Amino acid sequence: MAHAYTPGLMVTDRTIVRKQRLLPIEGEVLVDLGVQVRAEDVVARAFLPGKVQNLNVAHLLGVEPGEVRKYMTKVEGEDVEAGEILAETKPLLKWFKRQIRSPVGGTIESISDVTGQVLLREPPEPLELKAYIDGRVVELLPGQGVVVETPSALVQGIFGIGGEATGRLHIAVEAQDEVLTAEHILPEHRDGIVVGGSLVEAGAFERAKEIGVKGIVVGGIRDLDLKELLGYELGVAITGTEDVGFVLVVTEGFGRIDMAERTFALLKRYEGHKASISGATQIRAGVIRPEVIIPRPELNPEDISEEEVEAKGIEVGDTVRLIRAPLFGRIGKVTELPPEPTEISTESVTRVLEVELEGGKRVVVPRANVEKVEG
Amino acid sequence: MGDLKAILVTDCGSTTTKAILIEKRPEGYRQTFRGEAPTTVEAPFEDVTRGVLNAIHEVEELSGRKILDGERIMTPARSDEGVDLYLSTSSAGGGLQMLVAGVVLRMTAESAQRCALGAGAIVMDVLASNDGRPGYEKIDRIRKLRPDMILLSGGTDGGTISHVVELAEYLAAARPRPRLGGDKIPLIYAGNKDAREQIRRILSEHFALHITENIRPVLERENLGPARSLIHELFLQHVMAQAPGYSELMEWVGADIMPTPAAVGYMMETAARREGLNLLGVDIGGATTDVFSVFGGAFNRTVSANLGMSYSVSNVLAEAGLEKVLRWVPFRVDEEELRDRVKNKTIRPTTIPQTLEDLKIEHALAREALRLAFAQHRQLAVGLRGVHRERSISDVFRQEEVESLIDMMTCDMIIGSGGVLSHAPRRSQAMMLLMDAYEPLGFTRLAVDSIFMMPHLGVLAKVDEDAASQVFWKDCMVYLGTCIAPLGHGKRGRRCLRFRVGDLEGEVTFGDIKVVPLGYGQEADVEVFPERDFDLGAGKGKSVRAKVRGGVVGVVFDCRGRPLMLPEDEDERRKLLRKWAKQMDLYPDSREEGNFGTRFGR
Repeated sequence: MAHAYTPGLMVTDRTIVRKQRLLPIEGEVLVDLGVQVRAEDVVARAFLPGKVQNLNVAHLLGVEPGEVRKYMTKVEGEDVEAGEILAETKPLLKWFKRQIRSPVGGTIESISDVTGQVLLREPPEPLELKAYIDGRVVELLPGQGVVVETPSALVQGIFGIGGEATGRLHIAVEAQDEVLTAEHILPEHRDGIVVGGSLVEAGAFERAKEIGVKGIVVGGIRDLDLKELLGYELGVAITGTEDVGFVLVVTEGFGRIDMAERTFALLKRYEGHKASISGATQIRAGVIRPEVIIPRPELNPEDISEEEVEAKGIEVGDTVRLIRAPLFGRIGKVTELPPEPTEISTESVTRVLEVELEGGKRVVVPRANVEKVEG
Repeated sequence: MGDLKAILVTDCGSTTTKAILIEKRPEGYRQTFRGEAPTTVEAPFEDVTRGVLNAIHEVEELSGRKILDGERIMTPARSDEGVDLYLSTSSAGGGLQMLVAGVVLRMTAESAQRCALGAGAIVMDVLASNDGRPGYEKIDRIRKLRPDMILLSGGTDGGTISHVVELAEYLAAARPRPRLGGDKIPLIYAGNKDAREQIRRILSEHFALHITENIRPVLERENLGPARSLIHELFLQHVMAQAPGYSELMEWVGADIMPTPAAVGYMMETAARREGLNLLGVDIGGATTDVFSVFGGAFNRTVSANLGMSYSVSNVLAEAGLEKVLRWVPFRVDEEELRDRVKNKTIRPTTIPQTLEDLKIEHALAREALRLAFAQHRQLAVGLRGVHRERSISDVFRQEEVESLIDMMTCDMIIGSGGVLSHAPRRSQAMMLLMDAYEPLGFTRLAVDSIFMMPHLGVLAKVDEDAASQVFWKDCMVYLGTCIAPLGHGKRGRRCLRFRVGDLEGEVTFGDIKVVPLGYGQEADVEVFPERDFDLGAGKGKSVRAKVRGGVVGVVFDCRGRPLMLPEDEDERRKLLRKWAKQMDLYPDSREEGNFGTRFGR
């Protein structure tokens, strides 16, 4: 049976955000413990081993693999420049001479007597890891990275695309039910994060790219528009590496859905503030949700109690969002929680609850189909 | 193994740990109680044994049997205390993820893939000398993957070694890192034995190298056993040992922990062997769909990693295409609306259909997920390619078509498991999904796994085959009934066959389904007389007589034609879907006067 309770996404004015920043491979940490860093600062660096190119020198020279070494002008471990001669034949008549030049610069990794293959490794590529949020370095993970912490306002989205970005928040619409169109995106939004309402139109994507917007935060997106934006059909909700020109954070889901009032109000309150956003989403094991982090350095971290978000059940009076058709996205208050499993119109027997929707209408829905709107 | 009176088995899944108690009763072994608890491999617990103990606690509470003494499983059993044997399977932490490589994509690489899948692995990629990717691309791909284990094969014994050595060189250059940490990735070499020295020289520095017998010593023979056993051994030594709490769990069990899918496969293989059956099984989950088959004694397993009903449901739509999904929906659906609904299910995977319309859409998606996973299975469950050919290079690289081992006419039984099948509000829905996706031919018994206990029974079968088989047939299977479907096509409305089921006689016209009730545990002598264009296994127009077993749905004559074809015209197609729904009594809005009701077994 599905879970009877879906934990809601965090929307809060004050919390401690702690981000572990890890290099993919061992490297060097560049900052000291306790220092204040900005999101753009490089906190650690590593060198990724260079790419490997293969050249089958035996085939190219028309010799036996076991003879390749005889014709090599370089040995294993030696550096080579792009275009430099790697191997050559030494015929009596120089017209018949054949030469192999290195397609890339790097070092000779190996020469195989069995396959006649030469592997060339390109120089290592530096990889710089940024702090991602303005905050303080509270932990050093030698060789791996750091932990950066800051008091913040935080909005977790349900789905996003693209990696990380920072910029000032611009509220481009009047209300949470307004659709974000191309017209809403203005030249002054360049390098910023634009907040829309219930939906983002495809036209707004083009405009955002033209202007140079770093991020868009919005209630809903149409799946067809997402496909158009990505250029392919997104099959599995594991994202974060897309490059569409900006980062997208969707707070409610697919289709036109008003951004939750609290979320919109919170983002509006911080208009003009610097925010860090990430579109990375992973729904399967080790859930990652997209996020909007608005650092609030004016707060004293000690004043913020770190509440353990307990997965306690839903209670009568709680505000919930319906998360399944046909009432997807509607918000209401729980009015009844019958303990016994009930048969619903599909004939499934499941635990249900009664919700009074905004406007007074009461509906009975499976508990699996609501999520608590929490802070 | 001595006389086992009480057996406890757990399956540590990625989200839930399920414990079952099996007890010896006068009528034989029965599954008696079941408990479950969230799996505790990930933070904050990071110890799989917590979830195991919680699940066992639930069994204790429900059964009243004391099993634990503190945090120790009491063995052996004494009257109403303790158990004689404790076993476990595991797929927590993402299961076993493998990269496989072989020289020729459709030969040794395919054998390597079959070997890894059969051992319960998820195959992340299949590398081959002729896979069309240039060397640097292969190396780049290996670098990006973080497998738990690698299986390298290639070449027949005594054949050329240069291709497999080349693959080894790519692997060495890429130096992938293990997914769960640890020093070196275990790498199994099961290729041309003449290349072993070279392989050792190239790979032993960067990998935990293990060498075993060639999986394809000659083209005519596949030898998957030794490599498969080694995969299991290394899974326990390297992968499990890295997962939190497993070293302790390994001390508790009375036999090796098995990867969950390997245990399911073993149970199916055992059941098929003991009963002399050809079996097809499917487990459709939220993220993946596993298909198992045993035909003529040959066992095959495939995993469709991105076909599932929640996390991967939008990929079902992407892979099948909108048209293929909508062909099963008996009403008009707006494309934009459907796409958004499907994506919303992906991002909120625990929701359930709450309207009949939504349920029908979910069933349409399930049919396509099942169909696609089955198509992938058919491609891999084939005879050996390259057999009886000269072993010259040109022939070795030839990719001739080889017939699939799956012959639906000889398939005796289809077993479905996974929420959408096992928990369908009506059992007739599960039967219809299996019929639409697999198109059984001739006489085929259909069943669903009641509470997904096949993993438990698979690991038990390794220790006590009789006990596992008894529970499998009595408690694990929920029999839906028997589908009788002739091969061929005719004119709609014309007679397709006549039948006699016990004392009941009747006929079915082409394009129709007829359900004849035959209850759970009942058997009947059935004789079917197909018309001259139709074949039930004995040849066109030839009658067939068989003893048929009933189930919660009954005997279903499926005369819709094979292969099943749906009309192009939308209105006609929807009308037909509604007719079939009525004939099968699929949904509360599809009851038909005069047909037999099938609302049993809830």
